[in-house]
Amino acid sequence: MIQLAINTGVTQTPEAILFWILAPLAVAAALGMLLVKKAVHSALLLAFVMVTLAIFYIAQGAVFLGIVQVVVYTGAVMMLFLFILMLVGVDSSDSLTETISGLRPIAITAAFGFGGLMMSLLGRATLGREAIGLDAANANGNVASLAQLLFSKYVWPFEIVSALLITAALGAMVLAHHQREIPRPTQRDLSIARFRSGSLATAAGLPGPGVFARHNAVDVPALLPDGSPASASISETLRARGDMKDSSIYQLDQINTAVEEEK
Amino acid sequence: MNSANYLYLSALLFTLGAVGVVVRRNAIVVFMCIELMLNAANLSFVTFSRINGNLDGQVVAFFTMVVAACEVVIGLAIIVTIYRSRRSASVDDASLLKR
Repeated sequence: MIQLAINTGVTQTPEAILFWILAPLAVAAALGMLLVKKAVHSALLLAFVMVTLAIFYIAQGAVFLGIVQVVVYTGAVMMLFLFILMLVGVDSSDSLTETISGLRPIAITAAFGFGGLMMSLLGRATLGREAIGLDAANANGNVASLAQLLFSKYVWPFEIVSALLITAALGAMVLAHHQREIPRPTQRDLSIARFRSGSLATAAGLPGPGVFARHNAVDVPALLPDGSPASASISETLRARGDMKDSSIYQLDQINTAVEEEK
Repeated sequence: MNSANYLYLSALLFTLGAVGVVVRRNAIVVFMCIELMLNAANLSFVTFSRINGNLDGQVVAFFTMVVAACEVVIGLAIIVTIYRSRRSASVDDASLLKR
């Protein structure tokens, strides 16, 4: 009966319901990945797509692969992506302006062509027999069957891939290793440089953020005597990201000094 | 349910990933789109494994995952190295050969 449902394409099985709920969400998330401006949002949407695919793997009888998908992809790889994203700076958001003129229409046309080709190919192709299903292959359990295959038929590719992984780890270490060409400036050097810079304004160090005792969060710039915000008082990263609060509402003459009646 | 639906989904995700690689300018987002393409290919492998009734496709999907992990490690290290020297993660800024 299940075989019949598989072959006739009847969308009544639980798997079909799962598919028709999750597949549009996955496609929407993948589409959103291309359209959102911030790289962090792209990363989160990709993580969602990966979790969806993990569910599909489990639904298709690849239980172990589904778990590995969650652990390796959404766990390790996406965390690595977010880690590098934070390292490189979240302020470097993608400009969606096209630098090569006419690239985007060409890309979208090519995508429609490629996608249409794949779809029509899949629509016309027939296997010539019914889908078998994994019940027989998974008879000893998915993990045991996979392990048997991995350590017998595929043991040589397995070794090659492990060598590749070690090489990649070494290569990443070599690439990430950073040797300073000039020695790190000491506090003494920095102090001398400040005083020799010509202006005494920065000699005492930069002003700290916050306005009086009213609001001392790091994203509230200090106020200069004339009431304008001192942009040097908050971190450069916050400034670049635009996470700056307006501190003019915390000026002294804006404070309501009327004493409220207390009970 | 017809297993071919998974193949259609795989093709669609692969196409979206390919568009992302061409259209987006941030190197990290480009990398994420490559990951999407690899994942779409994995979905095809798993589906064909089910259609053919053996586990070879799942083993190949494992190998794809390992290769993808290597690719991410090296690619992100390169991005960090470029960012260190050029202060930019945009693929358009690495155009020294053009000038």
